[in-house]
Amino acid sequence: MKKKYFLNAHIIDPLNSINEIGGLIINENGKIEAIGKKVNKDNIPGKEKFINLKGKHIFPGLVDLRVFVGEPGYEYKENFRTLSNAALSGGVTSVVTMPNTDPIIDNISMVDFLKRRGRDKSKINIYPTASLTKNLEGNNMTEFGLLQNKGIIGFTDGIKTIQNTRLMSRIMKSAHDLNSLIIQHAEDHELAKKGMVNDGIISTKLGLQGIPDIAEKIIIERDLTLLEEYKCRYHISQISSSKSSETIYQKKQNLDFSCGVSINNLSLNENDIGDFKTFLKLSPPLRTEEDRLALVEALNNKTIDVIVSDHKPEDEESKRLTFAQAATGSSGVETLLSLSLELFHNESVKLETLIEALTSNPAKILKINKGNLTIGNNADFCIVDIFEPWVVKKNNLFSKSKNTSIENKKLQGKVLNTYINGVELFKL
Amino acid sequence: MAITKKLKPIKISQKHLLGIQDLSISDVKLILQEAKKFIKLNKSRNKKTNILRGKTQINLFFEPSTRTQSSFELAGKRLGADVMSMNITNSAIKKGETLIDTAMTLNAMHPDLIVIRHQDSGASNLLSQKVNCSVINAGDGRREHPTQALLDALTIIERKKKIEGLRIGICGDILHSRVARSNIYLLNMLGAEVNIIAPTNLMPENIERFGVNKFSDMKKGLKDCDIVMMLRLQNERMSSSFLSSNREYYEYYGLTPDKLNYAKSDALIMHPGPMNRGIEIDTNLADDINKSVIKEQVELGVAVRMACLKIFCK
Repeated sequence: MKKKYFLNAHIIDPLNSINEIGGLIINENGKIEAIGKKVNKDNIPGKEKFINLKGKHIFPGLVDLRVFVGEPGYEYKENFRTLSNAALSGGVTSVVTMPNTDPIIDNISMVDFLKRRGRDKSKINIYPTASLTKNLEGNNMTEFGLLQNKGIIGFTDGIKTIQNTRLMSRIMKSAHDLNSLIIQHAEDHELAKKGMVNDGIISTKLGLQGIPDIAEKIIIERDLTLLEEYKCRYHISQISSSKSSETIYQKKQNLDFSCGVSINNLSLNENDIGDFKTFLKLSPPLRTEEDRLALVEALNNKTIDVIVSDHKPEDEESKRLTFAQAATGSSGVETLLSLSLELFHNESVKLETLIEALTSNPAKILKINKGNLTIGNNADFCIVDIFEPWVVKKNNLFSKSKNTSIENKKLQGKVLNTYINGVELFKL
Repeated sequence: MAITKKLKPIKISQKHLLGIQDLSISDVKLILQEAKKFIKLNKSRNKKTNILRGKTQINLFFEPSTRTQSSFELAGKRLGADVMSMNITNSAIKKGETLIDTAMTLNAMHPDLIVIRHQDSGASNLLSQKVNCSVINAGDGRREHPTQALLDALTIIERKKKIEGLRIGICGDILHSRVARSNIYLLNMLGAEVNIIAPTNLMPENIERFGVNKFSDMKKGLKDCDIVMMLRLQNERMSSSFLSSNREYYEYYGLTPDKLNYAKSDALIMHPGPMNRGIEIDTNLADDINKSVIKEQVELGVAVRMACLKIFCK
């Protein structure tokens, strides 16, 4: 591989506190050789070509903590190849995949299959999770130790919550011993039963069963109470309400854990559901504008650590149904960055905070050396024109499923190129 | 019988009748005026007209219904339409066909009207996006039941000569009731004061933002009401712990002569049916011809549905 030189870019690398105009040099092995304002034309040997990125940004490749892939079992919704293309087009170079496949990822024999498929079919870094409980049944925990040894990055029941408090306490104790990462989707099953949307004016108006915000809060409070006794690596997958963010803000003062939010909950509210738009049937549900604003505030004051896409591809047949029958979730890995940038353009969140929540923070939680541009590391990064206007059209999406929550939305900011290990794998 | 031959051009703002929410006040007045004309017709000897001759009406009932389905069927037939009622238990739905596929199939038969009842909120909206003809919502989940609200309004107008300024108490399982929602929209639009009465477990979130007063004490809610509208209580509400028992519900939310005394002395009792006598309403009150207009509601239901079919049929 030839050396690559990029100059005059606005580089943001939160881990190394870089936020400056400068250059980037990639060596023959696809590693970062030099970065920052000191890199200029003088560093480039006379005959070598360089790419002038004036007015463009360089960010570390995004790390998406919550992505559903259809393999195995739902290949018609998304496979590793289509996921990889979708992610690259959005500047995402590492994804954490959920275990909600068919069969469920709950034993070590599945992990080899996943690793092999991920390696052969995708170009991005795949970090699979396994389920917390066997077959997602919420009864018996999986083999955290053995699964980790095989390469599982963390444990979660994905779309399900551990309801049994005793089991949760035991999971935390095991996670403590084995240094495992526990990711909880926080929702009380009974309070949320048959729920489809936020419990409030919209649920009343549309006549849909509501999910009260306390269904989320009650699990968070329970888990954090347990965590005070049984310390472990604990991450709340995504929160949706002002009440949850208040609780987390309080608890973070003297407890070590992390928390995520879906870009959907940061950018949309329950009114966007309009006339039964099934693409906006999400879990956790979209809530009120006050809740959305509280989440933005929580991102700003570091109550929320990461932004995820909650990429859940669903084929058309699962969405062309009544709201009650339709599948939950929306496709979003390729619009994650652009939609996040909306929060920068409307002056809600600083650019550096957004990039941190999309790159170095998720990597820290996972304990992986990704989401940064440290010298010597693999050059996983994206080049972005943060002002480029575009309109989301489902037919232009790379994902196999077209269930975007933001069809026809006007966005500003587009990924121009995505590199992994110094190789350009996406070009607009 | 001046209505059969010369028809004035009708203007309605909507293509479909999906809910009261979508209607303007002039839409409502148009439907009610039209319905009034059919009241006489329905009492006359020859009830058949040819207003919808050559038109095809499909009744698509995914949920069992006695009165609404027969009311729509009769309404269509009296207008001269060819009415087909789909028996869902025998249809492809049970074989796994989706609502949209059923809609496409029916659409290929070129109906002029589809009347749909479905257990899911929003089903009629979904159907209306996929077919060419007009869709009439005969009840979707807990969202809306527009023709029921319209017939209730017509019943009130027939008896009280107005709706504006009346105080109307709606009592029962508001949470699961499409009848309550449609009535709230319509009665508010027509200028009534609406009191919603239900145990908190059966009260929807933020209902006060619809411009109603809410009460969990029935006596307070009924105070000085001109109309007392009772709703049916589904039996499964007990098993799912919304309530403790029928007898306790009757004690606190059943309409008894004692509680009715809190309403005005000339208050009328309404019920969309079918009734649970002894659970939400005292059996003698239900049959009291001086107070109960429950049978009249059924009668006017046919007239209102005829008006809707006529107006919404292209």
